[in-house]
Amino acid sequence: MEKNQTAHSNSHHGFPWSHVIGFILSLVLTVAALWIALSLNLSATSTMVLIIILAIFQVFVQLLMFMHLREQEGAFQITAISFGFFVAIAVVAGSIWIMEYGLY
Amino acid sequence: MDQLMHFLTHKFFVTGEPMIYGADVAIAVATIGILFVLTYFKKWKWLWREWLTTVDHKKIGIMYIIAAILMLFRGGIDGLLMRSQLSFPGLKLLDAQHYNEIFTTHGTIMILFMAMPFIIGMINVAMPLQIGARDVAFPYLNAISFWLFFWAAMLLNLSFVIGGSPDAGWTSYTPLAENGLDPGLGENFYLLSLQITGIGTLASGVNFAVTILKMRAPGMKLMHMPMFTWSTLITSVIIVFAFPVLTVALAMLTIDRIFGAHFFTSTAGGDPMMWANLFWVWGHPEVYIVILPAFGIFSEVMSTFSGKRLFGYSMMVWSMVLISALSFIVWVHHFFTMGAGPAVNSFFGVSTMLIAIPTGVKLFNWLFTLRHSKIRFTVAHMWALAFIPNFVIGGLTGVMLAVAPADYQYHNSYFLIAHFHYVLIAGTVFGMFAGLHYWWPKMFGHILDEKLGKIAFWLWMVGFNVCFFPMYFVGLQGMTRRMYTYPANAGWTSLNFIETIGAFLMGIGFIVMVWMIIYSARHGERDVTGDPWDGRTMEWMTSSPAPEYNFATLPDMSGIDRFWYMKQEKGAVEKWRKQKIEEIHMPDNSGRPFIMCVLFFIAGFGLCFEWIWLAIVGLAGILLFMVLRSLFDPDEGHHIPVDVIERTEREAGRL
Repeated sequence: MEKNQTAHSNSHHGFPWSHVIGFILSLVLTVAALWIALSLNLSATSTMVLIIILAIFQVFVQLLMFMHLREQEGAFQITAISFGFFVAIAVVAGSIWIMEYGLY
Repeated sequence: MDQLMHFLTHKFFVTGEPMIYGADVAIAVATIGILFVLTYFKKWKWLWREWLTTVDHKKIGIMYIIAAILMLFRGGIDGLLMRSQLSFPGLKLLDAQHYNEIFTTHGTIMILFMAMPFIIGMINVAMPLQIGARDVAFPYLNAISFWLFFWAAMLLNLSFVIGGSPDAGWTSYTPLAENGLDPGLGENFYLLSLQITGIGTLASGVNFAVTILKMRAPGMKLMHMPMFTWSTLITSVIIVFAFPVLTVALAMLTIDRIFGAHFFTSTAGGDPMMWANLFWVWGHPEVYIVILPAFGIFSEVMSTFSGKRLFGYSMMVWSMVLISALSFIVWVHHFFTMGAGPAVNSFFGVSTMLIAIPTGVKLFNWLFTLRHSKIRFTVAHMWALAFIPNFVIGGLTGVMLAVAPADYQYHNSYFLIAHFHYVLIAGTVFGMFAGLHYWWPKMFGHILDEKLGKIAFWLWMVGFNVCFFPMYFVGLQGMTRRMYTYPANAGWTSLNFIETIGAFLMGIGFIVMVWMIIYSARHGERDVTGDPWDGRTMEWMTSSPAPEYNFATLPDMSGIDRFWYMKQEKGAVEKWRKQKIEEIHMPDNSGRPFIMCVLFFIAGFGLCFEWIWLAIVGLAGILLFMVLRSLFDPDEGHHIPVDVIERTEREAGRL
């Protein structure tokens, strides 16, 4: 924490497999969402439910594969992740509240 | 041939107004002039090696600030044109369309291409020095952020003479900003330039947060950091969480306009209100992104020039943390009148008012810092002191606006214009001016002329209040924003005329400031100590301007205002300077960030004109540079040997 690095080093420790796997998983999940919406003639509600499930998987892929969640850096990380959840919930739930129920 | 001419005169170049032709000539003359000067004085190589390819945070900060001052000029000219048009009823200086374009670019430029780069420039200059870092965590990324902003600003400014300016307001509300009601290229320029600069800002947010968390001097705990660094950390966190929303919203509207989707068009299942919602989900936190760093600067300046430790340090920190959390749950107050129900409006009205509490705490802390102190009236401190009463006027009228039922009266009137200019100018702009005077010696090694600075200060202070205070009243009398002219019998003439006088006083103040900068470069007092203000924080420990490596050696920096207490302790400073100098590792310069961002510009320009092939060329180039960076760029940096450091320190009189 208090180490003063002179400059950042770009050296990787081995091939970044988790990044590649995460990238492929993200692409698969995104294409799957598109496919559900465009090709399957489901009702709007079930389309939404399926897409939201895929989106939640996507969040975990991002957190685990790219966001260093497994490295356990302690208080900073817990604070940052909880703030992230706070903002996500405020924005998503807030928007639904404003746009749907607020009108009545 | 005829087709080409038709394309050039009807779509590519903006034609038809003498003001546009004047701008064409001015741009051509300025470009030729710059090319001539660079060639004549053989400065091309110098420009490329010292500035365009630099990864040094101090130089990047200076470039940010220069660009921001240029944009302040452009946005200011827009403001003066608007005020001139409104000085008397029924004037024909600007037509309605031109007025729409000017208020749109005024708002967009002032927020995204003036305030943001000014702040990021200040952070770049001061924050790494305040925590004793050699550079930011990712210097290469920092250069990319700057050039993204720079080329995005060029893209938006180009729209004035090529393609057409955006004209749907800086909020670009749908359905007004959709193709159906706003055909043409102007809105595309808005969307693409904001997208490009937004990516750069997001990267800066990550960069600064990592720098602060990972690269502090030995012993410096989070609760020992200078307040400006704290405000940078909080701002970076807000940037990281808010800017992705802007990215998504802009991308959706771009897809709507260019590829025919219907995210925001109700005729095909979209929802135009969703744009307003997403825009302000980003837009309200953005307000705190531009104000919190200014708060940080005021804290530094007031504590330095009153010679006292900042009152209520930990309360200042916690109030900023609270503001950052609240900033994400207040955005509906920007569209109370859009038809949400009473529960929604009440919730967001109350959460908005809550923000006044931590902000008020901070104001009292500043007042208590000044209490019983020996105040030095330097220009930097005068800007900070003037901030308090002016910002309070803006803040209290903001609480008035937060009352949803009353907001139906104030909404979209000049009352609102007065409110946000009072908070944004008295907060952000005064803050940046205070920071400019305060850190100028650290950037350039000389002090800005105090006498000219005071003249500019008073011109601004009088002009600012004369310009914006009457707007509260003209707003209550029913004058709405964005109107390009008004009838003589409306009763608004005298107040509007007074406002215009104030605007021009600020314009004169700006000219005096530019003259002050030029004059001080030649005659300004040189700063040989590195500590011209008897400072308290770490940036004043190194020489002015700071060497490439920032600090030759790093002392233990535990405790608030450690440098100040070192100066009181006999021999502490000497002991630190006599520490053993070791080799320092620094990052290498690179031309790639510059070239990569030119490719961003090309891709953006292609998308604006819907030339998909050009966009693909630009994007493919960007991808190529990313691949080069990840696979073939060892980026090992270089080492500055001990004898070079010793020579530099000796020349600065520090050994």
